Amino acid sequence: MNFDNMMAALEMMGQGMLGIFVVLGMIALLVCLMQKIDNRKK
Amino acid sequence: MSLNFLWVNLLAITPQQIVMYVVGAVLIWLAIEKGFEPALLMPMGFGAILVNLPLSGVMNQFSEGVGETHGIIQWLFEVGIEASEAMPILLFIGIGAMIDFGPLLSNPKLFLCGAAAQGGIFLTIMIAAALGFDLKDAASIGIIGAADGPTSILVSQTLGSNYIGAIAVAAYSYMALVPIIQPFAIKLVTTKKDRAMRMPYRAQGVSKRLRIMFPIVVSVIAGLVAPSSVALVGFLMFGNLIRECGVLSSLSQTAQNELANLITLLLGITIAASMKADQFVRWETLMIMGLGLVAFILDSMVGVIFVKILNIFTPKNKINPMVGAAGISAFPMSSRVIEKMGQEADSQNHLLMHAVAANVSGQIASVVAGGVVLQYFANMG
Repeated sequence: MNFDNMMAALEMMGQGMLGIFVVLGMIALLVCLMQKIDNRKK
Repeated sequence: MSLNFLWVNLLAITPQQIVMYVVGAVLIWLAIEKGFEPALLMPMGFGAILVNLPLSGVMNQFSEGVGETHGIIQWLFEVGIEASEAMPILLFIGIGAMIDFGPLLSNPKLFLCGAAAQGGIFLTIMIAAALGFDLKDAASIGIIGAADGPTSILVSQTLGSNYIGAIAVAAYSYMALVPIIQPFAIKLVTTKKDRAMRMPYRAQGVSKRLRIMFPIVVSVIAGLVAPSSVALVGFLMFGNLIRECGVLSSLSQTAQNELANLITLLLGITIAASMKADQFVRWETLMIMGLGLVAFILDSMVGVIFVKILNIFTPKNKINPMVGAAGISAFPMSSRVIEKMGQEADSQNHLLMHAVAANVSGQIASVVAGGVVLQYFANMG
């Protein structure tokens, strides 16, 4: 078992999941915002 | 006159090549008899046989007297995949044009399901690293869990993985097996009461402005956080913009049908270039097939567990935990699995639209996952 690889994979997991949640979370927030603006215009 | 030329190639067949003929035949059988991703597995199976014929003319060869000859499948691989990853990326235009993000846009909370279900990718990367795979190979293997063939091919090719053939076969095979894998994985982490949980669906209209803004916003945000994802996300969203803009219906139809079909037709047989016996017939291939299965199971389980945790914090607006498993991208098979399982638990339980929303969220999340993995290695320098 390669301990260095394991630690690097753990780091990738942290950065990867954080990146995915940040991207998807920001998109979700912007979609909510755009919906509110749309509803206000209606 | 010597008749040696009739059997000289027959005698040159190696046992590994015979294994590849069997692999090719199994893929063709799965495609035709079982209907497993026939558009990909059939060309891959046939291609596996073609590239493993001794001195096959579809691969570059050197022979005395003739010199070097260029094979069409090797050329397609070098130009269409190796040089620019053009084929998987262009396929995303067609996929983007096929997807209606409406159900997701009317319930943005389900974006989180797509994000969470990518957890299986990274857990599998850790397992593959623990099993001794090089980090880039481990990452390429983990991406099988993106449940997205083009992303798997692109990431493994970009990272220079030695196992692109096995990874492509695993990615497409397990996508076809979602109706078998997901019920098993979901039942491991849910009770019948969980599966019977109903969710009200209010069909909310989504404005044309939002539908047009959405692909642009997604591309910009993903590009700013993970620049390596721009090719993947950008082309997916480009296809979606063509669909939603309302003035390119002819191009949208072409992207959904002719373009997607043409690329799919060539992608399968082109991937076969990486299925030469000396690269494919080894123990690691079996390990990759096993790890791919683990990735799909873990993705589904992580999605379910995430929704269960989310429900603790939002008791008034609970999500059926199975919807979390639909965040694995494999669209639309996963949505159908969730709908079927919901109805098995309660015949009046209709989860399809929620599952579709999580499923298309998974489509975005999986390409972002591919991008962030590439970004990790880009940052390493």
